[in-house]
Amino acid sequence: MEWFDPIDPSRKNSEFIAVESKSFLKEAWGRFCKNPMAVLGLVVIVILGLLSIFGPMLSPYAYDAQDTANQYAGFSMEHLLGTDKFGRDVFTRLCYGGRISLSIGFGAAIINTITGVVIGGLCGYIGGKFDNFVMRIVDIIYAMPSMIYVILIMMVFGSNVRSILIGICIPGWIGMARQVRGQLIALKEQEFSMAALVLGASDARILFKHLIVNAIGPIIVQVTFLVPNAIFTEAFLSFIGIGISAPMASWGSMAQDARQILTMYPSQLLLPTVCICITIFSLNFLGEGIGDAFNPKKK
Amino acid sequence: MARYIVKRLLVGVVTIWALITITFCLIRIMPGSPFEADNLSESAITQLEDAYGLNEPMWKQYVIYMENLMHGNLGISYKKNISVNTLIARGFPYTLKIGLISISVSAVIGIAMGIWMASTKRLAVRNSLLAFATLGVSIPGFVTAILLMMIFGVWWPVLPIVGLTSAANYVLPVAAQSFGQIASIARLTKTTYSEAMQMDYVIMARAKGLSKMQIIVKHVLKNALIPVVTYFGPAIAFLITGSFVVESIFSIPGIGREFTNAITNRDYTVVLGFSVFIGAVITVANLAVDIICSMIDPRIKLTD
Repeated sequence: MEWFDPIDPSRKNSEFIAVESKSFLKEAWGRFCKNPMAVLGLVVIVILGLLSIFGPMLSPYAYDAQDTANQYAGFSMEHLLGTDKFGRDVFTRLCYGGRISLSIGFGAAIINTITGVVIGGLCGYIGGKFDNFVMRIVDIIYAMPSMIYVILIMMVFGSNVRSILIGICIPGWIGMARQVRGQLIALKEQEFSMAALVLGASDARILFKHLIVNAIGPIIVQVTFLVPNAIFTEAFLSFIGIGISAPMASWGSMAQDARQILTMYPSQLLLPTVCICITIFSLNFLGEGIGDAFNPKKK
Repeated sequence: MARYIVKRLLVGVVTIWALITITFCLIRIMPGSPFEADNLSESAITQLEDAYGLNEPMWKQYVIYMENLMHGNLGISYKKNISVNTLIARGFPYTLKIGLISISVSAVIGIAMGIWMASTKRLAVRNSLLAFATLGVSIPGFVTAILLMMIFGVWWPVLPIVGLTSAANYVLPVAAQSFGQIASIARLTKTTYSEAMQMDYVIMARAKGLSKMQIIVKHVLKNALIPVVTYFGPAIAFLITGSFVVESIFSIPGIGREFTNAITNRDYTVVLGFSVFIGAVITVANLAVDIICSMIDPRIKLTD
């Protein structure tokens, strides 16, 4: 009668064939790690971030400390990357420039993501007249080159980080809002959203817990465009002379200062431009890696 | 067709009006008088403000400004005492010339490169083209312009870097303006071309016995190039923002340099006038691109 004995509890799951189920984010992370360029991009951005946070603390010089006896010093142990026309330490100034670029990049991305997701979400979910009205406004804002808004805002509110952020964020959320709206229009017709509605979930719960969570892939991909765009805008503005103003250091303004002396001291110009290029390059690779990780079907 | 164009025209007009109003309000809420920096006495400032109508209530100034705009008058530069129209008429031909050359160069090279990238079977060629395109979209335009000037103007001086006197003068500014656009257009063409290649109608055309050339020109390119044509709208906006730096780096007296000068001199009427003008140019360009697209692709009208 051994047939009717209870089986050994350790064999209970022996017929069960499955791998451990992974969350969406974990799976995307796994795919991301298989892309060497994207991982390299992430590493470079982390290094740049650490340098711009801790570099100025480790450096014995202040970003605006002038040393007129020591103008245009070459690379040395004392001044790692030399000094500029006022004898200021270039390495320290580059680190400060990194602080400004990265904080503008990530700050603008956070603000634009929140605004874009909320407005796009509401438009997609509510639809109808509200959606129509907001989308017409979006068309009008979008029709202008965003640089003109940024320049006008800078002129009115002065040359500082705050007005650059305001300027970038006026037109910056539009791409995100359009993306989220498009996703939501498709998602809200699906069964799971109907099921949530039937179960009596509130509108806010359906919108944030069910719909937006399901659109997280495209949202993250959109975020990866926002960061380099904002960094590029700041560098551009500082380069044409209305971004970050002296004595604050920004990569764009350092490049601008070095333009007149480029034949004699090319490194003054090359260092900040190389920093800008490396940052935007790494962010683009990072963004492409993230995009592929969240879109496994895309080849 | 007519309805679609009228609708797009209306949106364009509203856009320009919104731009004028927003710009006007922003510039008028700015604290201080435009003449404060010039070390003038109190009474002289008041006199100047009276002469330019700056003491009128804001709505009246707005009405006067709009009325002038309707007559094509963009105002007067307070700093230089020249009308904004003259400044634009003087600078725009240079910007337009460089812009048109750049956009043609970018279109030809970009599309050719995109097709090459999508159709080549040699992995090394594809990867190096792709690396070039990624480089092109990652480097900011002003960095390209500076590097070009350093390499071809300073270290290996083969090309002139100042002004626009001979044909050789155009090479570097056009190269600086086109570099990023070539990369963007090539990437876009590559994507749309490979997508179009996988469509059922390509298999159908092959089954029908069309030659490879016929398939590519008649079926693939016709579909693949529509998104590329759409891209020219934003490309014109990029070229105008690009001209802000390229013109000041290569000392070209176009509207880009005039605009950045006005910004640094805080010459508000010029900034206002140029913003309105640039906005109008971009709106018209977008409109033209949309109409061209709806002509070559009848599907667009149906969805909108």
